[in-house]
Amino acid sequence: MRHLPIFCQIWLSVILLATLGASSLMAMEAAPHAQDPIVEARMIHISEELRCLVCQNESLASSHAELAGDLREEVRNLIRQNKSDTEIKEFLITRYGDFVLYRPMVKPMTWALWFGPFALLLIAVTAMVLNLRQRQRHADAVTWTEAELKKAERLLKEGESS
Amino acid sequence: MKKFLIPLGFFFGLVIFLAIGLQRDPKEIPSPLVGQLTPNFKLFTLSDDDRTFEPKDMYGQVWMLNVWATWCVACREEHPLLVALSKQQNLPIVGLSYKEIQPQDEPPGTKLTAQEKRLLARERSDKWLRARGNPYIVTALDLDGRVGIDYGVYGVPETYVIDKQGVIRYKIVGALTSEVLSKKILPLVIQLQKT
Amino acid sequence: MIPEIGHYALILCFWVALLQGVLPLVGAATGHLAWQSMAKPVTALQFVLVFLSFLALAWSFVQNDFSVLYVSQHSNSLLPTAYRVAAVWGGHEGSLLLWAFLLSLWSFSVAVFSRTLPLVMSARVLGVLGLISSGFLAFILTTSNPFDRLLPPAADGRDLNPLLQDVGLIIHPPMLYMGYVGFSVAFAFAIAALLSGRLDAAWARWSRPWTLVAWIFLTFGIALGSWWAYSELGWGGWWFWDPVENASLMPWLFGTALIHALMVTEKRGGFKAWTVLLAIGAFSLSLLGTFLVRSGVLTSVHAFAADPRRGVFVLIFLAVVVGSSLTLFAWRAPKVSIGGQIGLISRESFLLSNSVLMVVATGAVLLGTLYPLVIDALNMGKLSVGAPYFNAVFVPLLAPLLFLMVPGVVASWKEAQVTHLVHRLRWVALGALLVALGTPAALQMRHQSEWQWSTALGLFLYAWIILGTVQHIVLRLRQPGRIAWSYWGMHTAHLGMAVVVIGITMVKGYELERDVRMGIGETVTLRDYTFELKRVEDVEGPNYKALRATLEVKKDQRIVAQLQPEKRRYFSSAMPMTEAAIDTGWFRDLYVSLGDPVEPHPETRAPRWNLHVYDKPFISWLWAGALLMVWGGLIAALDKRYRRAASRPVHS
Repeated sequence: MRHLPIFCQIWLSVILLATLGASSLMAMEAAPHAQDPIVEARMIHISEELRCLVCQNESLASSHAELAGDLREEVRNLIRQNKSDTEIKEFLITRYGDFVLYRPMVKPMTWALWFGPFALLLIAVTAMVLNLRQRQRHADAVTWTEAELKKAERLLKEGESS
Repeated sequence: MKKFLIPLGFFFGLVIFLAIGLQRDPKEIPSPLVGQLTPNFKLFTLSDDDRTFEPKDMYGQVWMLNVWATWCVACREEHPLLVALSKQQNLPIVGLSYKEIQPQDEPPGTKLTAQEKRLLARERSDKWLRARGNPYIVTALDLDGRVGIDYGVYGVPETYVIDKQGVIRYKIVGALTSEVLSKKILPLVIQLQKT
Repeated sequence: MIPEIGHYALILCFWVALLQGVLPLVGAATGHLAWQSMAKPVTALQFVLVFLSFLALAWSFVQNDFSVLYVSQHSNSLLPTAYRVAAVWGGHEGSLLLWAFLLSLWSFSVAVFSRTLPLVMSARVLGVLGLISSGFLAFILTTSNPFDRLLPPAADGRDLNPLLQDVGLIIHPPMLYMGYVGFSVAFAFAIAALLSGRLDAAWARWSRPWTLVAWIFLTFGIALGSWWAYSELGWGGWWFWDPVENASLMPWLFGTALIHALMVTEKRGGFKAWTVLLAIGAFSLSLLGTFLVRSGVLTSVHAFAADPRRGVFVLIFLAVVVGSSLTLFAWRAPKVSIGGQIGLISRESFLLSNSVLMVVATGAVLLGTLYPLVIDALNMGKLSVGAPYFNAVFVPLLAPLLFLMVPGVVASWKEAQVTHLVHRLRWVALGALLVALGTPAALQMRHQSEWQWSTALGLFLYAWIILGTVQHIVLRLRQPGRIAWSYWGMHTAHLGMAVVVIGITMVKGYELERDVRMGIGETVTLRDYTFELKRVEDVEGPNYKALRATLEVKKDQRIVAQLQPEKRRYFSSAMPMTEAAIDTGWFRDLYVSLGDPVEPHPETRAPRWNLHVYDKPFISWLWAGALLMVWGGLIAALDKRYRRAASRPVHS
């Protein structure tokens, strides 16, 4: 650009600026609703697992209640103070109790809850396998006489034809 | 063949739990703050000057903290009880005015300054208390609700009974009734005052 | 006058139902043929009476009779007529009347379609249904009478909850209840079989079509509920693990297990006791659901207004019905269950593992739903169990179930070789693996989305089922012989399940949202789509005022859709309602909801509004898959052997 006459330089700069300006006008991208999208994303992630205390059964993230709004703002503050997820949850638990968590903490009181289903699965599968094995042994133990076999065949034929 | 009784046994246990559950209120949340020291705060009060109130000010006394607001309907129900209580017993009651200024009170498009909010809150609360009687020795102004959050407030009115060492001993959610007062609160207060 | 007719019809109906319950059962036990044959006509009478009562209530709604308390609580003179009818089941009392009505409808259908059933059997089945009906009618008449008067009458009603003023309310509850209530038929068949001491393949063949039809309705009802929440609640969620939703999912899981277990009983006479237990369980879960929703024991967005008196009645009813049936089971089942030989790896064992996994999954949902109650009852405090728990526990339980769907269909009865299964399915496995790994990789390159194990798993299971099903069909078509409709029904339903899986997987893995402040002319971009806010205006509806935004959606400079989300204020309610705008597509939904006005643009001072914009890939596949399952069930239910059985009498 330095090799061009001054007049051309100025003219080109004007055009360049105008194009840049125009393109930014054309973009007119909407601003994010949140003050800080990164903080907001983290806040939503945390509050999806928290309960709105004044609602019938809604998460803190989606509730329109006033207290929910206040608590969301509180979470944002704590995020800005660089608190970890665990610390933020602790903050709310000391004030509102375990009730505020939608994901119950794993502690002796909730072992039955978290491990129950898998324990049940183990028991059920074991019972099923044992039952099938038992049937196998049972069937092997039963022996049929000739007359019984003939009678069974006859009954089966009757059943199929009806 | 006892395995065929397992479903019945399980169901029997289930019914018992459901029967007990019928007598509980699933929305009543016990407070984890009972047995803890009162969270500290420093707030302006209803008085015109710049005086503030802190829970530390009540150290050495058994006292009651009552969370209320002029827009709270249930507060009006319990208020006469509080007024009567303040006249009879030797129990100081401190009021905590919770979020007195609501979003709809602000003129559309603008936001009130903290000073303006304080003035408006004072004006409204004074008027309300003059009409219904003032049971509070002092009322602290929790305009943004941060102190309420520290105290685990989720619905006004709420009342706390605090002992001489500043430990929260009891919390009532919802309007006070004379039954709760006579059966739970007053016996506890008498007991705490003896220590 | 009309409400009184409705009320008296209901009272009469109670006595008729009691007659329907007692007479045939006593007749069956004593061999009294005359009493047994009374079952069908008495059932018909009961149906007519309940229908009359239901019509009376509907009439009161349509005619705006606000002297009826229930009508004044759930309707309004400005309410459009369609919603006035739907409001009949918008509240507790009316929905119970719907329950009773549908129960009598099912009973009547059993009476009509049971010509091939031995008289003693149909007497027992209708008798059990009669007892259940009388219980429900007693409940309605003593604690939840929809015909209670309000005097002096209200000038106008309190209006139907605006959230319910949607087409979803017109169909969702009736469909759901048809399913819940329909399981009472399978239950009645099971009890009848236990009472008679005869539990055989014939019983399974009679039960199966009834169970299938109930299952179809329940599937449809649940899917509708999910779709309704999605389109109505304004932020794109479609399942919340709310206690009431769980209350509908649990009978569905048991019902699915029941359909599969009945297969074994029907074809091979096996698992009789287990099948009977599943039948009792499915209906018990329906009743449990009724209890949970109406007793106030759990908090839920769906719960009806709680009244402890009602809770006590339902609990007693539940205890009596389920308690007595499980006692009967414990007493009679050992005598009828003779285990036949079943190989450790066989179609029977695959079907049994389906049952087991379904039951465990139901147990997990029940555990999560009731745990807060149990902890509270034990005075150990209060805690919440929400979506994070259910998602963490339920999905791992479902994965093996979905996996076993493919070898289960291939395996032969009685005995199957693992090596044979592996050999036959090796290409299916490879194909599924390719899809599971390749698709996310391809999408990652295009859209820079994250890799997630759950997405890969979902894709694997989807491709596994699709490829496995296609392979099975192709191989079957090469063989001679006619193919029964139940074969096509099975595959259609399984394919439907796979489609549901892919819908959920893709939405959870790749959905995108933006929460923005927009002024007129501003745009927001989501992947290939650009949303531009064109205008915002005030509009009026029959019973509301709204703010409506109009957005134009462009893809590659071409206009793809126009979306008009609204924020409504109904005259009767203080709460504003969000009406989201959805553009439904084959492979994605574009979803927009309008929030509150926000502060104007700092420089131009132009007004701005808060808008929430979503791109939800494949979400319509969720409901399409459910419809496929419904279709599959329908085809299976219409299988020749059930139609044939219906027209030819059976010797008992």
